[in-house]
Amino acid sequence: MINLTDLEKKINSELTTKIKKSEIRHAQLYLNIDSEDLIDVTLFIKSNENTKFRQLIDVTVVDYPEMTKRFKVVYLFLSHEFNQRIVLSYSINENEVIPTLTTIYPAANWMEREVFDMYGVKFKDHPDLRRILTDYGFEGHPLRKDFPLTGHTEVRYSEEQKKVIKEPVKLEQNYRNFDYESPWEGTKYIKKQTDQENDKKN
Amino acid sequence: MTKKTKTLNLNFGPQHPAAHGVLRLILELDGEVVEKADPHIGLLHRGTEKLIENKTYMQAVPYFDRLDYVAPMNQEHAFALAIEKILRIDVPIRAQFIRVMFCEIGRILSHILNVTTQALDVGALTPSLWGFEERETLMTFYERASGSRLHANYFRAGGVHQDLPTGLEEDIGRFCESFPKIIDDLETLLTDNRIFKQRNVDIGIVTKDDALDYSFSGVMIRGSGVPWDLRKSQPYECYEQLEFKIPVGKNGDCYDRYLCRIDEMRESVFIIKQCLAKMTKGPVKSSDGKISPPPKKDIKQSMEALIHHFKLFTEGYRVDKDEIYTAVEAPKGEFGVYLISDGSSKPYKCKIRAPGFSHLAAMDYLIKGHMLADVPAVLGSLDIVFGEVDR
Repeated sequence: MINLTDLEKKINSELTTKIKKSEIRHAQLYLNIDSEDLIDVTLFIKSNENTKFRQLIDVTVVDYPEMTKRFKVVYLFLSHEFNQRIVLSYSINENEVIPTLTTIYPAANWMEREVFDMYGVKFKDHPDLRRILTDYGFEGHPLRKDFPLTGHTEVRYSEEQKKVIKEPVKLEQNYRNFDYESPWEGTKYIKKQTDQENDKKN
Repeated sequence: MTKKTKTLNLNFGPQHPAAHGVLRLILELDGEVVEKADPHIGLLHRGTEKLIENKTYMQAVPYFDRLDYVAPMNQEHAFALAIEKILRIDVPIRAQFIRVMFCEIGRILSHILNVTTQALDVGALTPSLWGFEERETLMTFYERASGSRLHANYFRAGGVHQDLPTGLEEDIGRFCESFPKIIDDLETLLTDNRIFKQRNVDIGIVTKDDALDYSFSGVMIRGSGVPWDLRKSQPYECYEQLEFKIPVGKNGDCYDRYLCRIDEMRESVFIIKQCLAKMTKGPVKSSDGKISPPPKKDIKQSMEALIHHFKLFTEGYRVDKDEIYTAVEAPKGEFGVYLISDGSSKPYKCKIRAPGFSHLAAMDYLIKGHMLADVPAVLGSLDIVFGEVDR
């Protein structure tokens, strides 16, 4: 088993320009790259004798709506032989199309479908980019931060039409998202007057 | 003259007893041979990850029970470990043993269900009747410790919710004595059973390389001969202090996976026994008042305890800005939580890595070229629970 600092050195020396940032925390190696280098980097860490990251554990995206590069794409790799984990990430714009890993890791197929479904990030050359978890005919991407928790539509069985129909969500009461942060030690913002009025209504 | 054959599309599920929940499997059949399988999932999708982002860390715990509802506490474990690693909290040793013990109980719960329902899928009824009686006993243990049979909400960051009630340790000890006999009985019904073997041996073979490529974990990878178990290779909690073996298969078929599960149950019993022997009296949760709620007694007398209690159950505790991936060896494979905290009392992002998801993703590869009747056998040995696949 090689240790994590050696692994970091090895990867940094082999892929000098491609690694933007590397860091060891919580016994895992965090790498930051550019989206164009994804295929090169993954091919290297999968096939190199000293890394052998044979398993793609998961693919996911983190949404930061306030940033110019809105999405951070995260890949988790595992090497059985060296018993190490890598967290690989890069940032992309909202409409950027990113390369798929399905040819290198067959397991990426469904994981990328899930990312597409939940965040609307598109993968170039993906063999089967359909929605996976949401309902047939669903609109929107639920895990984006600007998607409301209650969703946009609700379904019910209509007695008149004798079928299940979709309607805009109607709530008897607003979603109760109370602000519990204590003003004397926590909040870094000044509470707005309108917020307080809303709180009372709830 | 060549005869043109047309393939038949068959809709398997979502209401099919052998689909183990709500799986809609679209099969393309040539005669009785499966040419292509396209699983449609998401019929049990509840948006767990979205909900967790909108709840405090403590409120998020019960969502983990509802993932793999066959072994609830194993999921909570991954989440608790993730928070503990970020906050650098030490878990008292008694709490560690309690957690490991209940995780192993969870493993037995899951494996009983899987082994017996797999037998049911291929035509044996009795194992499930015998097995479910034992599951009931185990779930009573869950209930006595946490107050609930399924939705335990028992593992909290920094320890467990409350100490074990009197007499539970002895009862679990007694169960450990009687249970191996039940495993033997199950084995007499299945292991050498001609029909069971005909339905499972050489069905759904996974090679070592493919198991790696398709991100298999747990029994699915061990059945193919890869001795990989996170409890051994990346030990968490107190697994380092415990002795146990990792059962490994040889051929990677459904039958080997069944044998692995049977052996893992025996190992789990062994681990539980060790936990009971090594457990000493002591605290069961972190003493840090900012993380774990104070005892009821203190709330009545101490102002500080009252404030802590109030803040913990309204605002919740804050978790420093960090990102982490933690995985545990759940009964079905590697269950991981990728947690991003932003310093507030709610997770910014919580991605759940469910083992069943990648197993089911490989369904097409597993079933291609098999007969239609093998579909339930393969599906059964994948050990799919839709709570975790759909999230």
